[in-house]
Amino acid sequence: MAIKKLNLSNQIESLPIGKPEARLYMSFMYVAFISLFVGGLMGLLQVFVRSGKFTLPWGIDYYQVLTVHGVILGLVLTTYFIIGFHFSLMGKTVGISQKQRKVAWLAFWIMVIGTIMTATMILLGKASVLYTFYAPLKAHPIFYIGLALVVVGSWVAGFVNWRQVYLWKKDHPGEKTPLLAFMVTINTLLWFIASLGVAATVLIQFIPWSLGYAETINVLVSRTLFWYFGHPLVYFWLLPAYMAWYAIIPKIIGGKIFSDSLARLSFVLFLFFSIPVGFHHQLVEPGIDATWKFIQVALTFMVAIPSLMTAFSMFATFEITGRRKGFGGLFGWFKHLPWKDVRFLAPFVGMLAFIPGGAGGLINASHQMNAVIHNTIWVTGHFHLTVATTVMLTFFGISYWLIPHLTGRKLTPSINKLGIIQTIVWTIGMSIMSGAMHIQGLLGAPRRSAYSEYAGGEQVTEWIGYQLAQAIGGTILFIGIILMVYIFVKLAFFAPKGDEEFPIASEEENAEPTPKFFENWKLWIGITIALILFAYTIPFVDIIQNSPPGSVPFDWPIGNN
Amino acid sequence: MHLHKYEKIWLVFGIGSLIVFLLILGYGAFWQGTHPQSHGATIDPNNIESHEAFQPENLGLTKVEEDKYIVNIVASAFNYNLGVHEEGAPVRKIRIPKGSTVLFQVTTPDVVHGFNVAGTNVNMMVEPGYISSLETVLDNPGEYTIVCNEYCGVGHHMMYATVEVYE
Repeated sequence: MAIKKLNLSNQIESLPIGKPEARLYMSFMYVAFISLFVGGLMGLLQVFVRSGKFTLPWGIDYYQVLTVHGVILGLVLTTYFIIGFHFSLMGKTVGISQKQRKVAWLAFWIMVIGTIMTATMILLGKASVLYTFYAPLKAHPIFYIGLALVVVGSWVAGFVNWRQVYLWKKDHPGEKTPLLAFMVTINTLLWFIASLGVAATVLIQFIPWSLGYAETINVLVSRTLFWYFGHPLVYFWLLPAYMAWYAIIPKIIGGKIFSDSLARLSFVLFLFFSIPVGFHHQLVEPGIDATWKFIQVALTFMVAIPSLMTAFSMFATFEITGRRKGFGGLFGWFKHLPWKDVRFLAPFVGMLAFIPGGAGGLINASHQMNAVIHNTIWVTGHFHLTVATTVMLTFFGISYWLIPHLTGRKLTPSINKLGIIQTIVWTIGMSIMSGAMHIQGLLGAPRRSAYSEYAGGEQVTEWIGYQLAQAIGGTILFIGIILMVYIFVKLAFFAPKGDEEFPIASEEENAEPTPKFFENWKLWIGITIALILFAYTIPFVDIIQNSPPGSVPFDWPIGNN
Repeated sequence: MHLHKYEKIWLVFGIGSLIVFLLILGYGAFWQGTHPQSHGATIDPNNIESHEAFQPENLGLTKVEEDKYIVNIVASAFNYNLGVHEEGAPVRKIRIPKGSTVLFQVTTPDVVHGFNVAGTNVNMMVEPGYISSLETVLDNPGEYTIVCNEYCGVGHHMMYATVEVYE
């Protein structure tokens, strides 16, 4: 009897996705892939400008292009893809009601309206403040209002996800939440708690100040609130990739989940340690106490632990699966991984990129060592490995099956082959571009800067050589983007009709039961809040108590008079 | 919850490495004083001349004693003010003998800027309302570009100066 029950709980309940739901999920994907194309094009223009061989036509400003690139790829593409993916996972594992679907559409449209408002201001040249919009540079108020709407829309989407889990749990008393639904719940929690910070600075500080209701703004408070949000933001990008690694890739390679509890534990640790760490983006700022910087550095290092766990789980899954299939020898299991299946290959390259990406992250967060690379183009190289390779290649890997699954089509062998080419193109382009950025950064070259020969000299000449390399890498990457957008259009509209699998891995038959305490949400949220209060209360009070006079708005530096 | 034996070894090794890293950073920061700049000195951004260091005649390079210098700089969109030469032209380059101890003090009357003596660890955010400062020993001769490495507006990439460390 006991065994039977265990088996039942290890079975994956897989619900069908109907047409109306598929339309909802696909809407998020359309926005994501349009953003990929537009943002990628901006990236191409940037590397061209920085090569020194090209100037932008029609008086377009480099920093306007840079703002579009950052906002549309860092905020729009990621958020839309992730919310669409979250909804798909929830729909598949715990289901979605008609009412929830309607609210989800509301979330989508709030986000779209916000995106259009923000985009319009950027395109009019009224908001060339980059995606970090540091005060006291002042953009048009509509830019901030649009951003706030995107965040609010994403909250509505998150509330729907929580409601989905809540209702499922009511219907399934005593059962554990399906792994993927558990992970989505964690990621939306992480996003909600983190985005309270950016919402606070935008609503309380930026909007009244940009409208003229408040004369000055407290610059350091706004930066601290931004980075309270800014670091968990990158984990909000990363965790959906981890969802695919833990719970989807094992199925694609014909294996089982390595350990359900370990996967849950790593997500809980991400919730704990990705938020109270924002100071590691502010290490060389004058107004924050050095001891509190160091405390947040220590907390930052903790967030490496769940990634170490993930790395182990991945390779354990690969080896166990390979050996079970009978591939012996020291590396037989590795040689026989499904390298020709793009659903595996693209995320796998993403995993590899996270080895140098993660190591670089530890360097960046290393307190006094940060001064060596802070705001150099090394940092740009770093996050093009983490978000633009690890996260993006995994998102592409998801798209190869998710898009046809939602549109009732098939991933054909020829599209699969094109996907493999896309992965290789991306890998080559990124190795060149990110590699050149890392080296040039170590030589001191700044990020976020248009082409400049400064005062000339040996140092600057050396930098420009690396900028040429970035232009080559960036061009190859743009070819990769065109390929990916082509593949997306194929999978969405033209691939042959069929039934593409939604791969969700199950646990081993004899897997150890997952401990009950993982469902103790009050405990997880409680610890998260306690850690945030510990890391931020004293330094934040200190920042406010020792504040200098506030800053008036500056709009002429971004070209507005 | 069960952890595989190899996973335990892997995690002990991984977490152990992180602790070693932190101990090294902590030793450097708290015992050797290599903290990143965090002085928290404030200034009125609308009246930076209220602070002696940022009065026009005190900008740029000042020799305090043998091998000891202070460099006061006002960073504003899109210029580093290092004072003026005797004939009135703005100083674009400062020369400092090798081995000198130099205190850089920077502030801004407008937006956020960066201050990086490129290729060195003299790298600070410059924010309105605060004085950024860092003392360092310039050991390696050569020409270094001071670059603004935080976006400050359309002319951001035209904001620079030069430091020459000579033998």
